[in-house]
Amino acid sequence: MSGLIGKKVGMTSIYDKNGKNVACTIIEAGPCVVTQVKTTEKDGYTAVQLAFGDRKEKNTPAAQIGIFKKANTTPKRKLVEFKGFLQTLELGQTISVDLFAEGEFVDVVGTSKGKGFQGVVKRHGFSGVGMQTHGQHNRLRAPGSLGASSDPSRVFKGMRMAGRTGGDRVKKTNLEILKIVKDQNLLVIKGSIPGSKGSIVFIEK
Amino acid sequence: MNAVEAIKLVESEFTADKNFPTFIAGDTVNVYYKIKEGAKERIQQYQGVVLQRRNAGISSTFTVRKMSNGVGVERIFPLFSPNIDKIELVSRGKVRRARLFYLRELTGKKARVKERRG
Repeated sequence: MSGLIGKKVGMTSIYDKNGKNVACTIIEAGPCVVTQVKTTEKDGYTAVQLAFGDRKEKNTPAAQIGIFKKANTTPKRKLVEFKGFLQTLELGQTISVDLFAEGEFVDVVGTSKGKGFQGVVKRHGFSGVGMQTHGQHNRLRAPGSLGASSDPSRVFKGMRMAGRTGGDRVKKTNLEILKIVKDQNLLVIKGSIPGSKGSIVFIEK
Repeated sequence: MNAVEAIKLVESEFTADKNFPTFIAGDTVNVYYKIKEGAKERIQQYQGVVLQRRNAGISSTFTVRKMSNGVGVERIFPLFSPNIDKIELVSRGKVRRARLFYLRELTGKKARVKERRG
């Protein structure tokens, strides 16, 4: 799967061919540098490691500085491996947004916004009690029963309950590329993508 | 390039080179709107008083009200929609607020908007 690393810029809307207003997300995608090419003989699997975003050398871990030196590039912020790139890449090669074409469908992977400790209504989409009257007191957003009683005498594993919400790796699939601004490395993608503005995302095709 | 510049750049394809007259609530405008019927495309005119303008970048809209056969009709146009061929400023109105919703309750002579000169 070919891909790029990018940064979520923000959302706006544009008009399509029929004059319909479409919500879209702008992503600053690449340019990414190939920092490692993993081969079956040497590493046991094939993959390509890409790097994106600038970072000062003093903020870079010493272990990573060697990687960037080998690829003959400046220290980068984010390193990600992509398996099964469609084209063959060489060490130090730069990949830009040219990888994609307008009208293509891509997947976007990001980290969703953290929501903190949330109840089951927000976290799992439970409907709550659904009534405010008829003897309801403080049960409006309660989860209800957790299961049967004496048999099985326990709560099953994986029962959906309240807890930390968001901050997960989320993949949104089949998002249409509406527009590409090549000289600024911008991708305009239909709809929303996970994460906050400025967060790192991976675009796969 | 920061985020605001990047968003403006993407929007500029639709917002730039639009020679609309500056109009505000109370003005009478004539909107030339493209309508697609199958393969054919024709232009429909819609003239009325601007009730409000909602300025929100590329998704800005304006509401136009007119009386059609004794029935009040309101249409909300996206300002930067590619379907808007042109907007003609017919006359300027003298009003004291930005949202003219009070016109909805008025009919006949009372529903007129005084013209602003100069």
